Amino acid sequence: MNPREQFARTASDLVHEHRDVALVYAEISGQFLHRVEAAHPDRVVNVGIREQLLVNVGAGMALAGMRPIVHTFGSFLAERAFEQIKLGFGHQGVGGVLVGSGGSFDVASGGRTHQAPGDMALMDTLPGISLHAPSTDAEVDAALRASIDGGLHYVRVVGQTNARSFPHAPGRFHVVRRTPGAPVVLAVGPVLDAVLAATEDRRATVLYANTIRPFDADGLRAVLDTPEVVLVEPWLAGTSAHAVAAALSDLPHRLLALGVGREEEIRRYGRPSEHIAAQGLDAAGLRASIGGFLDSELRAIS
Amino acid sequence: MTMTYDDLPRLMSVMTGDEKHSAAATSTLDVLWVLHDRVLDLRPDHPDRDRFLLSKGHGPMAYYATLVAQGRVPEEWLADWGSFDSPLGFHPDRNLVPGVEISSGSLGHGLPLAVGMALGLRAQGRPSRVVVLVGDAELDEGSNAEALALAAALGLSALTVVVVDNHSASYDQSRRLPARFAAEGWDVAVVDGRDHAALEATLRARHGRPNVVIADIEAAA
Repeated sequence: MNPREQFARTASDLVHEHRDVALVYAEISGQFLHRVEAAHPDRVVNVGIREQLLVNVGAGMALAGMRPIVHTFGSFLAERAFEQIKLGFGHQGVGGVLVGSGGSFDVASGGRTHQAPGDMALMDTLPGISLHAPSTDAEVDAALRASIDGGLHYVRVVGQTNARSFPHAPGRFHVVRRTPGAPVVLAVGPVLDAVLAATEDRRATVLYANTIRPFDADGLRAVLDTPEVVLVEPWLAGTSAHAVAAALSDLPHRLLALGVGREEEIRRYGRPSEHIAAQGLDAAGLRASIGGFLDSELRAIS
Repeated sequence: MTMTYDDLPRLMSVMTGDEKHSAAATSTLDVLWVLHDRVLDLRPDHPDRDRFLLSKGHGPMAYYATLVAQGRVPEEWLADWGSFDSPLGFHPDRNLVPGVEISSGSLGHGLPLAVGMALGLRAQGRPSRVVVLVGDAELDEGSNAEALALAAALGLSALTVVVVDNHSASYDQSRRLPARFAAEGWDVAVVDGRDHAALEATLRARHGRPNVVIADIEAAA
């Protein structure tokens, strides 16, 4: 299987298992959802190619007391229909599970129209939202099952995966490698394997987050022996930099925030791996960036 | 104290300030009153209650006055509306005002939300109607087109749209409104938006498919 098919399987299971769960989608992933739609036509709704409506149908169902899962590509869900998310869910004060697939790189050959490196940054503007980046099939399953219980969630489901699954533990980062006295590298979502490879010959404590909001400030501080942090996110660079800054606001520190570059749009097609490398988020690119940062001296203000 | 339609002008006059949508507010007055007083089952918090959605959140004075007259909101709330400490803003917030089903203000959201609400209530087997009030100019928003098509395709017979048509759209579409809804498969009725008896009869009627009631109102001066 792959994470997107796992999403479809788990979402279908949740519809079967819970009478108050609805699944709303906009054509995308329909090839995986026909069976559950036939079994529960009242609670599984394909709205057609109508993404604004997609979100507000989900929100309307939530206002009627149901628990909606709302799904399409992240580019159309988070970016095209953002005001609907802001007002339909956030401002109305109702919960739901928004599942965006594709992420920054999955549809590399589709070009910019189908790439959404800014989805997490947009979602991060919503007070109280939980942001999940599950990076294996098991993590996708766990994130969906936990999120269906309440609140507003964005679950980013992408093809890039890590080798190892970690438990779904919102508000708690996982300590993957603990090196006393070393800088901290926080790997968010499916960049963990590349981060581990990039730091295998370097002293570093490596944290992993498959949920990045809520942000585990206590977990970061608990392993911060030296005030140097590298943040690696597979979406817009620096999306979580403000959370690191808030967590360390009483400490002199320095931060390197890596991710999809903000300076220019890479007008390329090709494969996801090529885009990951072009953004410096493969092991070689991360090794160079992390090494350059940690091996440099902190300059005094002159 | 029991209040009537005749109390609404006095209640609206309490709400002073620089809100600029007085024409929008008075245009909705009769539809709001007939829906709340004669047509809908609005038992507070009852799961089978009908849902009224004010999509056109601009100019909510008539809405607030109606809620006061119906005993849902204290009259004392009206005087300082729009202030920092008031729950009554220039656009309603469902989390602050009893009886308000949706927070509105940005146009083009109420009808899509109503479609989802009607689907959710139908999935739960509830008999509730969902009635959403929009303005004629609000139908400029493309999001409404998405909702119109799906509501008819899914046979949402519990859904009613009331268009308060005060001819305020820059490109006046009033003559095209009935055909626009009919083309999507909706039942269409046009009624005098000031005639309470006609409004009541038209708003009570059910048709086995989504329906629109276009309440014609004199254009704002």
